[in-house]
Amino acid sequence: MRELVDFSTLMTIAIGAIFINNFVLSRFLGICPFVGVSKSVESSVGMGMAVIFVMTLAGVATYYVNKVLALSGIEFLQTLSFILVIAALVQFVEMFLQKFNPALYSALGIYLPLITTNCAVLGVSLLNIKEGYNIIEVIVFSLCAAVGFALALVIMAGIRERLEITDVPRSMEGAPIAFIVAGILSLAFMGFSGMKF
Amino acid sequence: MAKQRNEFWKGFWDENPTFRLMLGLCPTLAVTTSLVNGLGMGLATLAVLLGSNIAISLVRDSIPSQIRIPSFIVIIASFVTIIDLSMHAFAPVLHAALGIFVPLIVVNCIILGRAEAFASKNSVWMSVLDAIGMGLGFTVNLMVLGGLREIVGSGQLLGRPILPAGYQPSLVMILPPGAFLTLGMLMALMNLISRRLEVRRAAGRKELT
Repeated sequence: MRELVDFSTLMTIAIGAIFINNFVLSRFLGICPFVGVSKSVESSVGMGMAVIFVMTLAGVATYYVNKVLALSGIEFLQTLSFILVIAALVQFVEMFLQKFNPALYSALGIYLPLITTNCAVLGVSLLNIKEGYNIIEVIVFSLCAAVGFALALVIMAGIRERLEITDVPRSMEGAPIAFIVAGILSLAFMGFSGMKF
Repeated sequence: MAKQRNEFWKGFWDENPTFRLMLGLCPTLAVTTSLVNGLGMGLATLAVLLGSNIAISLVRDSIPSQIRIPSFIVIIASFVTIIDLSMHAFAPVLHAALGIFVPLIVVNCIILGRAEAFASKNSVWMSVLDAIGMGLGFTVNLMVLGGLREIVGSGQLLGRPILPAGYQPSLVMILPPGAFLTLGMLMALMNLISRRLEVRRAAGRKELT
């Protein structure tokens, strides 16, 4: 049995989730918002914050849901129950913020509902279970994975704001050039894992 | 019959899910390290899409419109679970290679998109055609992407070497950056072809008048 809090493990998880196995650039989770919401830095920061908030909550919630499923021996319902829990959670967070923190609500507003179909959120829940993390590790991993997502999103938005004013070949305008930039960004992030070829 | 043919073929070019609608990009990028993986993922998605389109089109009149999205998600998640368990039992190697992207089919926007935009409004037969067309279009995309990356990245296709022995495989194409670069290039190519076609069609119209 591992210790509940082991700082070297937690650090490894944190650095791994933010840089080495970055959710967007190396695990390919959450590509749709990555391409869709990275047109301006301002909106990418909003989306990033909303994802950090929801993903950490969802990681913890699904961890306990899985415990309940395991107790009843119906783990095959994992996918079904996780997606429902995430959808309900997003709805709940939206209602909660609307009532108690209208400023934050209007800042995150339109990005919250989009998160239900962000595969990074379901992905983090499934990875938590697959890696067999304990509750502290779940919190750290979910938080850092979301921070890594937000980081990639904001960097990408910064680059795309510049791309707007550059002369790109006509067939490459919009999405194609965005993917090529993402490829180069992904190459840069691979540096964190050490070049192996 | 023309309408039915159109519903079937639109998934390949006009409404190609990956390159035109930009849906379902996560599995597209993640699993296409080889032709076989692309084919497996494509067929798994096709199976889920077919099942969910049939089921949703059957119950489309009895679901109140306020709760249709959660209902669709439950239906889709059920089919994903069926496919997930079947693949685990009958194709364990492929199941392991695709990893968490099998359960993640549930959040593939193509499936919910087709449910909302097509199956909830059309007859069962049309929904079947729509699902097969869209699913095959998606599968072809994954196979092209997977095939290209496999050839350039390892000099092989389906595990057999096809390029001359002196070829130095560029490993980067198998690694994550290769996925982004290949997809970007293919999208640009498709835009270029579409634009050429458009120009030719316009020229043809001018000649007629």
